Amino acid sequence: MTDQKPFLDIRNAQKSYGDLEVLKDISLQVQRGQIVAIIGPSGSGKSTLLRAINDLDPLTGGEVWLEDMQINKKLPHRQYEKHINQVRQNIGMVFQHFNLFPHLSVRGNVTLAPKMLKGISDDEANALAEEQLEKVGLLDRIDYYPSRLSGGQKQRVAIARALAMKPKVMLFDEATSALDPELVEEVNLVMKKLAEEHMTMVIVTHEMGFAEAVCDRVLFMDQGVVVEEGPPSKIFRNPDNERTQNFLRKHLANANR
Amino acid sequence: MGLDFTVVPGYLDFILLGVLWTIAITIGAALLSFFIGIFFAVIALYGPWFIRLPFRAFEWLFMGTPLLLQLFLIYFGLVQIGIDLPAFVAGVIGLGLHFAVYNSELIQTAIIAVDRGQMEAARTLGLSRGQALRKVVVPQAVRDVIPPIGNNMIALLKDSALVSVIGVSELTLSAQRAIGNTYRPFEFYVVAAAFYYLINLGMEWVLRRIERRIQAAR
Repeated sequence: MTDQKPFLDIRNAQKSYGDLEVLKDISLQVQRGQIVAIIGPSGSGKSTLLRAINDLDPLTGGEVWLEDMQINKKLPHRQYEKHINQVRQNIGMVFQHFNLFPHLSVRGNVTLAPKMLKGISDDEANALAEEQLEKVGLLDRIDYYPSRLSGGQKQRVAIARALAMKPKVMLFDEATSALDPELVEEVNLVMKKLAEEHMTMVIVTHEMGFAEAVCDRVLFMDQGVVVEEGPPSKIFRNPDNERTQNFLRKHLANANR
Repeated sequence: MGLDFTVVPGYLDFILLGVLWTIAITIGAALLSFFIGIFFAVIALYGPWFIRLPFRAFEWLFMGTPLLLQLFLIYFGLVQIGIDLPAFVAGVIGLGLHFAVYNSELIQTAIIAVDRGQMEAARTLGLSRGQALRKVVVPQAVRDVIPPIGNNMIALLKDSALVSVIGVSELTLSAQRAIGNTYRPFEFYVVAAAFYYLINLGMEWVLRRIERRIQAAR
């Protein structure tokens, strides 16, 4: 790690719904090209933290920075909308339930945002779609509608759709949790490929094996705080904190059942 | 005196002209009600309060009063404030707005029913709310309500007979005029009814084709 200035910088993130504190003063620095996994029991706030990065769930306190730009800066509504739309073009997001646009073909899904926001021609958009679909191994499905794809294929299209905006960071919100077990691997392979290309990624996941194999750093969250963080070898093999140990033990028991 | 349909052929071109007017009004009002309906749905759901509230009143006016009265108001009433519309235009606007309100209700429900993840996915790509509505949410909502909107359009065709009262020579008024000359109400009303039915069949055929095309894209 030569570049010490964080690429993505979450400072003292707080989020509460009324009296319920979902995030309690969380800080997270991600270097360019780093891959960070966030693990933890459901309700621990990990998805909320991820969704705060592109302001899908705005924080109630703290700051989020991407390079030299504050993502969640205070602006009058109109200016803020303009700002955030610009920011989000740099942050790809992949959802648990894919959220492909069912009324558009695979091609339409991938080209919609680049065409609307980058003013590229149809030819350029097509070339872009082909390039991204090639990367996720679905070029032959370019004219299919999402309803005709398997879950794994849908998620790979969703990744291609996000990549088509040439994001600087990719966020994965339990990208494989809704998939049948035999479809998980094809999505993991695509994510591994992105890792090899040094895409900066923040991954909320329940796939401990995948996190261990791919990630540079792992955060274990529980009840709105980061309980423990470190390299995957440390967190998965030799965690210090009792809550981390308990969580991993339970998780392992479930996985082996 | 008995029935005598032999008078009909002499007026057939006259009746067919009425058929054309009915089709023209129906298509004009249907298109108007469809696009204005989408527009109404979006402002009813997302407009600022100072647009939403007057719109509610407007909606109430169009749903809570007779279409016949609305046509009178638009054609005869607006003249007094200097808006003198040709009867055909007044008829298309009256029918169009009336059914736009009904279509808007359908579309609003469908917009709300579109999965929230669709808006989120569009927003995370960098689309504004308006862009996301226009390209992602509304097209899905509209696609879902094409069949019930089709039913509204068939009601619209039948209600288009009402514009005869403001003097548009559509099918019903043409039949009445033919009756005025021949004193043969049964014959001409039956003929008019047959033509309405035929137009209806044509509309259903078009709607089925549209529905099938939408199905193919699922």
